[in-house]
Amino acid sequence: MAKRIGILRFPGTNCDSDVFEFVQLKGYEAHWLWHKDQYDLNGFEALMIPGGFSFGDYLRSGALAARSPVMNSVRHFHGRGGPILGICNGFQILCESGLLPGALTKNQTGKFVHRSVNLQVVSHASFFGPQKETLQLPVAHGDGRYVISNPEELEDQGQVWLKYQSEVNGSIHQIAGVLSPCRKVAGLMPHPERAIYAWMESQDGLGFLP
Amino acid sequence: MIRYGVKVIPREVILDTQGRAVSQVLVQSGFPKVHQVRVGKWIEVELNLPEKEAHEEIQKIARGILINPLLENYEIVKL
Repeated sequence: MAKRIGILRFPGTNCDSDVFEFVQLKGYEAHWLWHKDQYDLNGFEALMIPGGFSFGDYLRSGALAARSPVMNSVRHFHGRGGPILGICNGFQILCESGLLPGALTKNQTGKFVHRSVNLQVVSHASFFGPQKETLQLPVAHGDGRYVISNPEELEDQGQVWLKYQSEVNGSIHQIAGVLSPCRKVAGLMPHPERAIYAWMESQDGLGFLP
Repeated sequence: MIRYGVKVIPREVILDTQGRAVSQVLVQSGFPKVHQVRVGKWIEVELNLPEKEAHEEIQKIARGILINPLLENYEIVKL
């Protein structure tokens, strides 16, 4: 039987089908997890929180989703050492829930940024690749500026996962992705699921799932 | 029923992109003396609790959900 990956859905999630297809393409069995429900995730290989605008970005990006019932199951899964990946709004949700350090706020330019960016892989996540040192992935966000009060400490602890190779949104230390201290929880603003087929600008997203 | 207002304002160290955009438009619109604008939020919360408990509850609500201390400062006002 194929290994299972759970994909969270909130009202306003809009990259869910892309992530579902990515997960299937890599040979996993994809399962939807609805925000109002709680699940026994025993036997799941990993969880993914796709991008979008959960709850319309009301209050702050990811703030309301982070307090949804399904997040209790996510925390429980994390407690058992399960790997969790948050992409874009999923990254914002993980920061708001306290599973990842820091916060994401409005891009420095005040503009939505949507283009392909070059990234440097600074340290390695425990489950979610990628194995390469540099990557090209698309970004599409308005609230992507990463903020944390002690970025040096984060760097020293190896929790800075990915960095933009040029200025994108005003993130401190050009941070594009971060890891939890155990490396099992990972979040990034770029979209690996939009870089998986030959006809796309890059296929560097494929390496994010083993 | 007790009503509170929670004033949420971006922290000084965080660039307030909304405030900057509004400030630029004000200057362009004939208010050249505008030096700085900061845009925050005003949230009203009604609580069904006796006053003492309500005061503790609104603190928890503000700190736990309404604001993100990395990005914002807040002030609670009893209405």
